[in-house]
Amino acid sequence: MGRLIARRLVFMVFVLWGVTLITFFLSRVAPGDPARLIAGPRANAAALEHIRQIYGLDQPLVQQYITYMSDLLHGDLGTSFVTRQPVRSDLATFFPATVELALFAMLIGSTVGVLFGVVAALHRGAPGDVGVRFVAIAGLSLPAFWLAMLFQLTFYSRLAWLPFGGRLATGVPAPPAVTGLYTVDSLLAGQWHTFADAVTHLVLPVAVLALAEVGLMARMVRTSMLEVLGEDYIRTAQAKGLSRRRVLMRHTLRNALLPAVTILGLEFGLLAGGVFLVETIFAWPGVGRYAYDAIRASDYNATMGVTLVIALVYVLVNLVVDVVYLFLDPRIRYT
Amino acid sequence: MIEVTAVEPVRAHRRLDSVTGFLHASRLNVIAVIIVGLVVAVAIFGTFVAPYPPNHIDLLQRLRPPSVHHLFGTDDYGRDLFSRVLAGAWISLYVATVILLTSVAIGTILGIVSGLVGGLTDEIIMRATDLFLAFPALILAAAIAATLGPSLTHTMLALSTVFWPWYARLVRGQVLTLREREFILAARVAGASTGRIVFKHLLRNVFPLVIVQASLDVGYAILFTSSLSFLGLGAQPPTPEWGAMMTDARSFLEDFWWYPTFPGLALAVTVVGFNLLGDGLRDWLDPRLRGSLRAGRW
Repeated sequence: MGRLIARRLVFMVFVLWGVTLITFFLSRVAPGDPARLIAGPRANAAALEHIRQIYGLDQPLVQQYITYMSDLLHGDLGTSFVTRQPVRSDLATFFPATVELALFAMLIGSTVGVLFGVVAALHRGAPGDVGVRFVAIAGLSLPAFWLAMLFQLTFYSRLAWLPFGGRLATGVPAPPAVTGLYTVDSLLAGQWHTFADAVTHLVLPVAVLALAEVGLMARMVRTSMLEVLGEDYIRTAQAKGLSRRRVLMRHTLRNALLPAVTILGLEFGLLAGGVFLVETIFAWPGVGRYAYDAIRASDYNATMGVTLVIALVYVLVNLVVDVVYLFLDPRIRYT
Repeated sequence: MIEVTAVEPVRAHRRLDSVTGFLHASRLNVIAVIIVGLVVAVAIFGTFVAPYPPNHIDLLQRLRPPSVHHLFGTDDYGRDLFSRVLAGAWISLYVATVILLTSVAIGTILGIVSGLVGGLTDEIIMRATDLFLAFPALILAAAIAATLGPSLTHTMLALSTVFWPWYARLVRGQVLTLREREFILAARVAGASTGRIVFKHLLRNVFPLVIVQASLDVGYAILFTSSLSFLGLGAQPPTPEWGAMMTDARSFLEDFWWYPTFPGLALAVTVVGFNLLGDGLRDWLDPRLRGSLRAGRW
């Protein structure tokens, strides 16, 4: 176990170093001129040169990379050319909004997905099973940005039931920051009105993101359930005369849901991509939208910071998933 | 994370021939074949049946709702949305084909080299794939596309970068299994050159699996291309690409429902069709293939 974690941590460092290499050199060959971006369209050549000196953009590429890495090792991700704030503090500002969105999407998506998967497996070949398979594939196939627009069109423009975007309505003050998640913070502060407002703002983006999660989870659980249902110990349990319910809950589900843990890493990858699109459309002030703005504005430091953080979280999630799985299923031994 | 399992490629290859068996396996397979057939037909013949050229501007007909003259209505330049949606089918299929051909070629070559040569070469290639797979796919593709500058060609390049590692791994896994099999050893003993073994034996046996994997990826390639175009990183105006059309439609969402709806519907149906087909193929071919092919990883 210890060796596994150590090996994976070494691998993680290698991957993250690779990520800095790729993002750094890719961003430096990008056509945009960051000095022009910072100085504005009317700046003269002298001003541009001055900016290049301040940000070290006049240095050779390798020197710039060494400086970047040395800053990075000290926890400094550089300054965003657009917001003029340290990327680290920008990320700290935007991160909770994304976490709130992702948590709800994962929670709801996984629950519904498990339910669908179980139902499909128990009624294999029946119309319900075919229906679930179709919903699962549709969930993974429907363009998130199209769904988001259709939801806005229906629930905001036509029915006026839900807000268009953002985290809170204009005029509703943010709750005192504890976790950064508005739903949790408003509950902690006893601000029921703010809580209700935060929830209504979450509904549409979470629904779009959760649909893909449902698809992924339902497929995984269905396959896993079918495998477990064919095992000898299930037949034994049935032969012992145990109730259908007991066989399902104690014997089938407990074993079938184990492999579902392994796709949490995949789910995260899916979410990261989804968040990117969904936050942009719903004007959700999270990391995805920050990344979008950064990429479009050739904001090197912000782009690299976001990519690095996402890669870090992605690798960490996969490590945690593997370790948790090892605990849950003692039969597995990673080599 | 997913271990590649041994398969019976020859058997898989034989089964591929039986199309009727596939259609009988599930009703969803029939739906998939119909949708994909329709999309391919539209891509090829769409321009012949389109009532207007896709970029034909008619400012007197701006933002007209669906009617007999304009089946899907018109956009903010008075262009016929039906004609543009038809033209979009060709673009989507063309882009997906280029992306997958590039990825399959790079992935297959590197996978075979990795599996056959082994040692340090294998280690370097596999660590490179690990590196590319450590990013969520869409974000990596967006970063590359943004770096290269917004255009459809750069989108194809960016997406090929995202897809190839999966093929390299798949092919390497197969090569590792196959190279120990009797028929390869027999060929080697008979004095066959490495080139002959690769082309005559390895490629023939690896290809059915690669084709199924590619069929699983067509839908995602189309979806990703549109997603990048939607973000402004792919096709640029006035190209009638579905994602780019939806970006234009965003500002008109509230009052002109048909504008974002039809391009999106075309995209959704196409991706669902290809994913159903890929999924059906994977399930039908061989249960043991499921471990080595993956779906829904994005």
